[in-house]
Amino acid sequence: MSIFWNVWIIFPTLLVIVGCFLLLRACSKDNTGVKEGESMGHSFDGIEELNNSLPKWWTYMFYISIVFGLIYLALYPGLGSYKGLFGWTSSNQSIGYEEGIKADSKAAVELAKAENRLSQYDREVAAADEKFGPIFAAYLATPLEDLVKDEEALKVGGRLFLQNCAQCHGSDARGSIGFPNLTDNNWLYGGELATIKTSIMNGRNGMMPPKGGLPIEDSEIQGLAEYVFKLSGRDHDATLAAQGQASFMKGCFACHGMDGTGNKFMGAPNLTDDAWLYGSSRLQVMQSIANGRSGVMPAWDDILGEEKVHVISAYVYSLSNK
Amino acid sequence: MKFNHELIEKNIGLLGIFTVIAISFGGLVQITPLIFSKDTTEPVEGLIPYNALQIEGRDIYVREGCYNCHSQMIRPLRAETERYGHYSVAGESVWDHPFQWGSKRTGPDLARVGGRYSDKWHEVHLINPRDVVPQSNMPAYPWLAEAKLDGKLTGKKMQILSNFHPDDNMYTEEEIAGAQAAVEGKTELEALIAYLQSLGHALK
Repeated sequence: MSIFWNVWIIFPTLLVIVGCFLLLRACSKDNTGVKEGESMGHSFDGIEELNNSLPKWWTYMFYISIVFGLIYLALYPGLGSYKGLFGWTSSNQSIGYEEGIKADSKAAVELAKAENRLSQYDREVAAADEKFGPIFAAYLATPLEDLVKDEEALKVGGRLFLQNCAQCHGSDARGSIGFPNLTDNNWLYGGELATIKTSIMNGRNGMMPPKGGLPIEDSEIQGLAEYVFKLSGRDHDATLAAQGQASFMKGCFACHGMDGTGNKFMGAPNLTDDAWLYGSSRLQVMQSIANGRSGVMPAWDDILGEEKVHVISAYVYSLSNK
Repeated sequence: MKFNHELIEKNIGLLGIFTVIAISFGGLVQITPLIFSKDTTEPVEGLIPYNALQIEGRDIYVREGCYNCHSQMIRPLRAETERYGHYSVAGESVWDHPFQWGSKRTGPDLARVGGRYSDKWHEVHLINPRDVVPQSNMPAYPWLAEAKLDGKLTGKKMQILSNFHPDDNMYTEEEIAGAQAAVEGKTELEALIAYLQSLGHALK
């Protein structure tokens, strides 16, 4: 901050404080020439003004707040670039800016640490890390196979799930249309512990183009839907299903498999089970075929970090494997 | 004329002038220096200007009053950064006119909502929030899915935004010329989702 702006801030600030003090002093003096407690000689709507001095308690409070203000400005940053006797800051927003370091960059935080003026936020985080850090580090060091047996860890994972995952998968983890149910042990990408962790860490991008990107006519969609119903063992129209099977052989098998059991490497759903991510009605199945579907699971590594994802993975696994 | 208490008390105009002088000290001292300070007027590293569709989405965010219930301002408190991510800094909002910090959270903070949910989730959630979050009290915005953008003013908006920051090279001439084509026919829902997905990536 330049000298100009320092003066701009410091001078009016102190001027206002001194001004308040002088105003209070002036107002405390009785220079009306009227005796204390007597009428000032005018009235408004029958209300008369008497000459009374300022209440003592109020005057003293005013003086105390002036003193408080001065002490506050000495201890905390308020007067231009003066850092205050405590060296307190709420965050690292402006640290190192004059040295040419970008706001809140790692370099700014390093500089603050080197100068031993940690912001309040850094201290808060350091205190929490000291408390929770070892717990999460221990969880991360525990293989997932063992972590799923740790009741405490599963509770922690459950809380993290409610905070971060429930918005899509539901607070009971049973999902909704378009957002997978995590309790039915039915997995698009595989339900092994390591696979679940990969899905959460890196996210998933499931994509089925309209009609699978195949030369399928609109007239074939009804038959395909019947065939999908047949694969799942549901009531279906046998003639249409036979036509649908022929359409299926145009290329649907490339992702869903010859027998319709899907492919976990690309997240192609198993069509022979009774799980319906995008709805189980004929209309919904036909919509899925005609318009395609895309399901995106965001990557959580950047947002939560591996330690928390590790615990959440154990929790998600435990939902289907009691 | 004697300058005293009575003079000010009985002249409402004079009282007004002195009141304005008295309260403007705070603004002059607290706000004016920030207008000339680099760490509040320079973009943070990695900040990307909104593209044409995101600008339209942002205007819909303002039109629907999203800022009444959603802040875009993560404070430097651990309880907030644990939930929302790195606290907000001034350099992230320099290209926002007007900024969308908000002042009230009925819903969660959105400063870093970008990438946290899928586009599909936003679509379902904006059309009817209860479909994905049963206990939500957010209003439904189904008309966004039907209303289409014509993009007539998009280029102009980009021009005005970049005029505020002549040194930042926010948009190329091709981008401004192609703005209408980029948004024409898109729904307001798509625009709003594009805007939401763009939020908060500069600093994580």
